[in-house]
Amino acid sequence: MATQALHVVAQSATTMTPPAAAANTVHVAKLIDISSCIGCKACQVACMEWNDTRPTIGDNDGSYNNPADLGPNAWTVMKFNEVENAEGGIDWLIRKDGCMHCEDPGCLKACPSPGAIIKLDNGIVDFNSEKCIGCGYCTSGCPFDVPRISEKTNKATKCTLCSDRVSENQDPACVKACPTQALTFGPKEERIAYANERIKDLNGRGFDKASLYNPQGVGGTHVMYVLPHGDKPTLYSGLPANPTIAPTVGLWKGIMKPIALLTMAATVFAGVIHYAIKGPNTVEEDENHDDKKA
Amino acid sequence: MSNQNDLKRYTGSERLNHWLIALLFVLAGLSGLALFHPSMFFLSGLFGGGSLTRIVHPFIGSAMFVLFLIISIRFWHHNVLNKNDIQWLKQIGDVMANHEERLPEVGRYNGGQKAAFWVMVISMIALVVTGVMFWRPYFVDYFSVDVRRIAAVVHAVAAWGLILTIIIHVYAAIWVKGTIGGMRTGMVSRAWARKHHPGWFKEETGQK
Repeated sequence: MATQALHVVAQSATTMTPPAAAANTVHVAKLIDISSCIGCKACQVACMEWNDTRPTIGDNDGSYNNPADLGPNAWTVMKFNEVENAEGGIDWLIRKDGCMHCEDPGCLKACPSPGAIIKLDNGIVDFNSEKCIGCGYCTSGCPFDVPRISEKTNKATKCTLCSDRVSENQDPACVKACPTQALTFGPKEERIAYANERIKDLNGRGFDKASLYNPQGVGGTHVMYVLPHGDKPTLYSGLPANPTIAPTVGLWKGIMKPIALLTMAATVFAGVIHYAIKGPNTVEEDENHDDKKA
Repeated sequence: MSNQNDLKRYTGSERLNHWLIALLFVLAGLSGLALFHPSMFFLSGLFGGGSLTRIVHPFIGSAMFVLFLIISIRFWHHNVLNKNDIQWLKQIGDVMANHEERLPEVGRYNGGQKAAFWVMVISMIALVVTGVMFWRPYFVDYFSVDVRRIAAVVHAVAAWGLILTIIIHVYAAIWVKGTIGGMRTGMVSRAWARKHHPGWFKEETGQK
């Protein structure tokens, strides 16, 4: 993969810093304004259309969720959730689920295969199927439960933020299809400014807790939400309130790696040193002869 | 060097059991290290690439576990630690300095060998239990992501403990001459037995 042309700034299982990390390009972001979403699923259809994914027809799970969850062939899914509000009515909360494109991606951290997961300098996190070994460690690394392993190909899959379209200055397919501009795409700074306008508007309409979801526990994300109930993100079909890379993953993929290898090498060296100084422990052959006589 | 007065330490079937585990340990270790640290990923080439390494590693590990289970059922009763073994472990400095004469009487196995045996038992059980938890695609769906995250850490820690123990196990065999021959041919010299395992020597020969 031509990582330089793609402006890769981080790769899985790689100790060196890719050349493009020195570049300073504009970070992009997709903003999902939940208050403008009508749940039409045009984004889901556009995603399948552009990426040629066709999930198999499943069963109705009693909600509008269709398919019920993300899958190897469903990289974005509208999640519908009914919640009783303080006034005794029902809030119908809809969230477009999919990869959040973390600034500090847990999938990339957990991946053992060099270059199978890459982060581009515009912030997009992408999977390179040719290098994916199908171990599923990315699913352990992800705080949002996004990657899915295809049963057919044993490769990890997820939303690419249409990196192919973005590199040609096109909006992601889902954004292009959205009829209400609940989905917008562009430089992250501009999307944050727009989100703040939307939040001000929501505040004026009684949603005084409305906020931007750009969780700092993962360094911020390149897919952000405007949440009308910003104080309770979990209402939106389990959107985590404070997502971080799990400490167990941090331990496993952080300090343990060098310590384990160093101690193994040190033990071998200790053996070499001991052998050189204390020498082999031999038995005198004489004793053997004594035994023979006896 | 071999002589008809040599003592039988291991049967053919025990030796085969041991060496098959050794072979599988090397394969499981190399394939596991390939997936553990980026600098070791090149080892995946030995197994036909990353995907195949990921596929074969759990099968190698499972086979190793089954063979280890057999050998540990055969040998566990030789490895119960007693008072002498604790004293032996406390005098590890004398052990390292080749001062056998200062050590308490050693039976078939010394305190270090017994301790290594139990570390191997514990780490092998930990490896197989946690390994199943993220064995894709067969068992992984039965475990939640939180369980799988802990399992991966415990798996790595147990593998680390096992590898360190095996490095010590192999080095001890190189250091104490006559030991490798015992596992290669099954026979050890009387002098070797008298020096390193006097208690066992008495049991076997009735001599002092």
